Amino acid sequence: MAEPEIVLRINKITKKFGNLVANDAISFSLEKGKVLSLLGENGAGKTTLMNVIFGHYTADEGFIEINGQRLKASNPAEAIALGVGMVHQHFTLADNLTVLENIILGTEALWQWRQDKRTARDRLEHLAKEYGLHVNPDSRVKSLTVGEKQRVEILKALYRGAKILILDEPTAVLTPQEADQLFATLRDMIAQGLSVIFISHKLGEVMSIADDVVVLRHGKLVASFPIAEASREIIAEKMVGEVVPAPKREIMAAGDLLLKLENVQIKGTTGQPLLKDVSLNLSRHQILGVAGVSGNGQKALSDLISGMIKPDEGSLSLKGTRVDHFDPRDMIAHGIGRVPEDRHTEGVVGDFSIKENLVLESYEEARFSRWGWLQNNTITDHAKRLIAAFDIRGADPETAIRGLSGGNMQKVILARVLDNNPEIILANQPTRGLDVGAATFVHEKLFSAKAAGAGVLMISEDLEELLAVSDRISVMYHGQISEPIPVEDVTLQQLGLLMSGEGFHSSSRESHHAA
Amino acid sequence: MQLEPRLHTPLWMTLGAPIIAVLFVLVLCGGLISWAGAPLFESYIALFKGAFGSKFAIAETLVRATPLMLTGLAAAVAFRAKLWNIGGEGQLYMGALAATYFGTGLVTLPAPLMIPFLFFVGALAGGFLLLVPTLLKTRLNVDEVVTTLLLNFIVLLLANYLLFGPWKDPMAMGWPQGAPIIDEGILPNLVAKTRLHGGLIFAVIASVCVWIVMTKTKWGLEIRAVGLNPEAARFGGIPINKTILRTALISGGLAACAGVTEVAGTKEYLTLDISPGFGYTGIAVAMLAGLNPLGVIVAALFIAGIYNGADSMSRAMDVSNYIADVITAASLLMVMLAVMLTRMRIRFS
Amino acid sequence: MDFFDMFLNIGFWAATVRMATPLIFGTLGELICERAGVLNLGIEGIMTTGAMVAWMWVYQGGDLWSAVFVAAFFGMMFGYLHSIFSVYMGLSQHVTGIGITLLSTSLSYYFFRMLLPDVTTPPKIIPFDEYAIPFLSEIPVIGEAFFAQSPLTYVAFLMVGVVSYVLYRTPVGLAVRMVGENPMAVEVQGIDVYRVRTGAVMVGSAFMAVGGAFLTISVFDAFYFDMINGRGWICVALVIFASWRPGKALLGAMLFAAFDAIQIRVQQASSSFIPYQFYLMMPYVFSILALIIMSRKAAYPKALLVPFRRGQR
Repeated sequence: MAEPEIVLRINKITKKFGNLVANDAISFSLEKGKVLSLLGENGAGKTTLMNVIFGHYTADEGFIEINGQRLKASNPAEAIALGVGMVHQHFTLADNLTVLENIILGTEALWQWRQDKRTARDRLEHLAKEYGLHVNPDSRVKSLTVGEKQRVEILKALYRGAKILILDEPTAVLTPQEADQLFATLRDMIAQGLSVIFISHKLGEVMSIADDVVVLRHGKLVASFPIAEASREIIAEKMVGEVVPAPKREIMAAGDLLLKLENVQIKGTTGQPLLKDVSLNLSRHQILGVAGVSGNGQKALSDLISGMIKPDEGSLSLKGTRVDHFDPRDMIAHGIGRVPEDRHTEGVVGDFSIKENLVLESYEEARFSRWGWLQNNTITDHAKRLIAAFDIRGADPETAIRGLSGGNMQKVILARVLDNNPEIILANQPTRGLDVGAATFVHEKLFSAKAAGAGVLMISEDLEELLAVSDRISVMYHGQISEPIPVEDVTLQQLGLLMSGEGFHSSSRESHHAA
Repeated sequence: MQLEPRLHTPLWMTLGAPIIAVLFVLVLCGGLISWAGAPLFESYIALFKGAFGSKFAIAETLVRATPLMLTGLAAAVAFRAKLWNIGGEGQLYMGALAATYFGTGLVTLPAPLMIPFLFFVGALAGGFLLLVPTLLKTRLNVDEVVTTLLLNFIVLLLANYLLFGPWKDPMAMGWPQGAPIIDEGILPNLVAKTRLHGGLIFAVIASVCVWIVMTKTKWGLEIRAVGLNPEAARFGGIPINKTILRTALISGGLAACAGVTEVAGTKEYLTLDISPGFGYTGIAVAMLAGLNPLGVIVAALFIAGIYNGADSMSRAMDVSNYIADVITAASLLMVMLAVMLTRMRIRFS
Repeated sequence: MDFFDMFLNIGFWAATVRMATPLIFGTLGELICERAGVLNLGIEGIMTTGAMVAWMWVYQGGDLWSAVFVAAFFGMMFGYLHSIFSVYMGLSQHVTGIGITLLSTSLSYYFFRMLLPDVTTPPKIIPFDEYAIPFLSEIPVIGEAFFAQSPLTYVAFLMVGVVSYVLYRTPVGLAVRMVGENPMAVEVQGIDVYRVRTGAVMVGSAFMAVGGAFLTISVFDAFYFDMINGRGWICVALVIFASWRPGKALLGAMLFAAFDAIQIRVQQASSSFIPYQFYLMMPYVFSILALIIMSRKAAYPKALLVPFRRGQR
C-alpha cells in the first residue's frame, strides 16, 4: 500500500481562555478514509480543539493544514471551503425555519434576487437517499426528534461537500440503538472516502468505530495510537490519569415512603403533554435512577418536584401528605434538596458572590436576615464553613461564582442543598460536564445522604453512572415512566429498548420482576 | 474582531473608565463647538464657570441635580432588576400632579408633616403609574419598554388637560399653570438668595437609603438576583413577580419624588415645563453611575453641571445649548462602552 | 357629521393613507432590525434625524428625491453606530437604543439651531406634490384615496412588497431571519453574524429615517421640534402587533392611521365635552391596547435582545 494520505494536520495548537490553557501544543493528523477518535474527560479540551479547526476560535499558537493547505483566517467559511464539516454537540439549527432553509443558508451568494429551492431540494433528497438519512426537507426543525435533528446536521455538512467530518459527542443524545444506526451511516461515509473525527468520552463506542485514538487530558495530548494497539484499560488510564477508586454502592433496605407521585399529567404551554400518567415511589435509603434520552419529560418531572410547575392532574405526596401548593420555597421547606439540571441557568447567579449563592435558598431564615437586614457576618461564616466542608477549591466567600470551574460550582450547589439535611434529594444530571474526580465526589455525597436516611431521585443521561449509583432504574419515554427495575436485574440492552419506546403504551407492568 | 473576558480589572480601570469616557466625549463634542465657530478652550471655560464658577452657579447646578438624582435612582433601581422603566418622565409628572392635587389647599398639615406627606402621595402616584405596565409585563408578557414610553405621552397630555382646564390658576394671567403649593408644603430654602431647596437633602438621603437597601437588605438581594439571573432566582425560591412589582413601586416612586421636588421646591407651582426631560436624562445618570446609587449623586451633579454650563456657554459663545443634550447622550453610550471594556478586551484577528 | 358617512368620505381615506406612510416606513425598519435579533429603540431619534436632514437638504437647495437619500444615509449612519454598541460590543439593546435616540435627537436639534440661528418661526420649503397615478386615480373613492398621494407613499407601499420578498425569497433574507432565530446556525454556515446584523440594522434605520423625512418633505413643509412625538415608539408596538410580518405591519399601520383619522374627525365634529387632549391620547392608548392583545402569543424572534459573541465559551 502507498503512503497514507494525510487530510488534516494539527500542528502545536495552543488555545488559552484567560488563565486556563484549554489546548496545550497539540499535534496529530488524520488519514483519509479513517476514523480518528478524540477521547478525554469532560473539560479535557476536545471541543475547544475542534472549534479551533472549524474556525470558531482563533488559536493562540500553532497552525492547521487541510490537504496541505494552511488555514489562515480562522472562520468557519474557510474551513467549510476546504471541506470540513462539523456536527456540534449542541445543535446549531434555527428551530422556526425549515430543514431545507437551515441547510441551504450560505450555499449560494447572499445578494441575488432568487433562491433556487427546487434544485437544492433535489440535491438534498439525493444525498439523504445515498446515506440513508431520511428527513422531510419542509419540516420545521422544532418538530423534529433529536435523532432527526442530528441527521439534519450531518446533511448540512454533506451538502457543503464535506470531506472531513467532525462529530462532537454525537451519541450523547441518542439511544444505544440510534447510536448503532449512526455508526452504520458513518461506515458508509468512510467507504465513500470521507474522514471522520469522532469525539467521545465513552470507551465502548470508540472501540467499535475508531481506527486511531487520540487522548487528551487537561488540555494536553497524553496518548495517540492505532486502536489495534490499545485496550480499554490502557485508554481509560490515559484519560483519567490516576485511577480514582469509585465509591461502592451499598445495598440497604428501603425505609418508609418519602415521595409518591400518582398518575401525574402535565401539559406544556402549547398543550402538548409533558408528563403522561406518571407514578413513582421513593423511599428512605434508596436511590432511584431515571434514564432516558433527554427531552422525554425529565425536565417536567424535575420541575414538578422542584416546585417550578404544578401537576394538571394526579398528585404528589410527601410522607403521606398530599402537596397542594407548588412553589420552590414550599418544596425546600418540605425538605426537598434540589440539584438543578443546568448549573449556569438555574443553579447559580453567576455574578453573585459564592456566599450569596450559598444562601440563595435560605436567606429568609432568621440566622441570615433579621427584619429584612442581611446578617453579613453570619452569611460569611456560613460560606467559610461550607467551602471548607465541601472542599471548594480556589474559592473565597466574596468572589463571584462565575470564576469557578464546573466541578467547584457543582460543589457549591451541593453544599447549599445538603446543608439543609434534605430527606429527599432531586439530582438532575448532577455530574454532567464534570471530570471523574468531581463526579466521584458528587456520588460520595449522595451515598452518604442515602446512608443517613435520605431518598435520592437521580435523573441522568449517562447509563454507566445510573448503573453504578442507583438501586432501581426507571426509564422515561415521551412523558411516560417505566416501572422501576432493580439494578441487579437490568441489562444495558433492556434499558436501550425502553429508551427507544419499546414496552411503553402496551402493558408496561413488569411486575414479575419484583415477584 | 473578538471580545475576551479580562481576568482581573484593576481598581484604576474601574474608577477611571467613566472619567476617560467622559473626557473622550468632551473632546468629540469639542469638534461640534469648533464647527459652530466658537473658540474651544474659552467655550469649555465658560461651560465650567456656568456650572461651578460661582456660589450662584453651584446652587443652580445643585437645584438641577436634585430631580436628576431621583430619576437617576429610579432608573438605577429598575435596571438592576432588568425592569426597563423608560417612563421616568411620566412618573415625574404623576408625582407633580399628586403634589399639586393635595398640596394646593386640599390638605393642610404643619410643615414637618406636610412635606413628607407630599412626597408620600407623589411617590404613591408614580409607583402606581409604573405598576400598570409592570403588571402587564408579569401577567400578560407585555413588553414594558414600549408601554412605559407611551405612558409618558399620556401623562403629559393629562397634565396638559388639567393645566389648561380644571386646574388652571385663575391668578396666573392666562398661563397654563397650577395654583401655588401652600406655604406648609414648600421645601425650605437652604441658602439665601439662591433657589437651592431642601429637595437636595431629600435626594441625597434617598440615594444613601437606596444604596443601603440594595446592598444590605434581603430586598436588595432579591432585586439583584432577579435582574442577574431570573431563572436561578426563581429556582432558589425568590418570588419573581413580587420582587419586580416591589421594584416598580420603588422606581416609580423615586421618579415621582423628582416631580414633587420641582413643584414644591424649584417652581412652587405646576407648569408643563417643570421637566426638560429629567425622566430620560435620568437613564443617562444611572448608566454613568454604573447603576450604583451613590454614583448617581456624582453623575447627577456632572450632568446638571453640563446643562447649566451649556446654558451660560450658549449665551456667551453663540453655541446652541443643545450641546448639553449631545454631551449627555454621548456620555451615556461611551460610559457603557468603557465599563464593558473594563471587563472585556477587544482582540482583532 | 354622521359617524358612518365618514367611511364613505374620500378625504378620510386619503388622510388614513397619508398618516400611515411614516408608520409603514418606521414599522418596516424596526421589523427588519428585530428580525435580525436587534431591538432598535433608536427609532424615535432616527426618525427625528431623517425629518431634520431631509428638510435641511431641501431648504439648502437640494431636490426632494435626493433629500430622501440623504435621510436614508443619515439613518444608516446612526444604525451603524447602534450596531457598534449593540451588535459588535453586545451591550444592552434597551439602553443603547435609548442612547441613540437621545444622541440623534440632540444632534439634529443642535445642527438645526446652529444652521438657522436667527429663526423664530420655522421656515418653509416646497414639499412633494401629490402625484395622481394615471387611470388608477380615476377609480371612484379608492382611486382618489390611494392613487393621488405623495410619491413617497407609493414607495412605502412598494417597500412592503420588497421587504417581504427579500425576507422570504432571497438568500440574504434567509440569513437575516436565521440570525434573529439562532446566530450560531448562521455562524456555522460560514456567514459573519455581525455583518448580517449590522446590515439589517443599517437598512432598517434607513427606513426609519425616510419615515421621518416623509413628515417634513411631504406632509408638512417645515421642521418642528418634537414633531415625531412618539411615532417611533408606536412603530415598535406595531411590530409586535404585526407578529414581525411585513404584510401585517402594513395592515397595522393602516388600522392605526384609520383610528387616528377617526379620532381627528370625531374631535372636530363633536362639541367640546370631551377635551381634545383625550383625543390626542388615543394613538398611545391604542398602541398599548394592541400590545396587550398581541403580546400573549407573540412569537418573538428567538434571538431578539440576545447578543452574539464570537469565539467565546
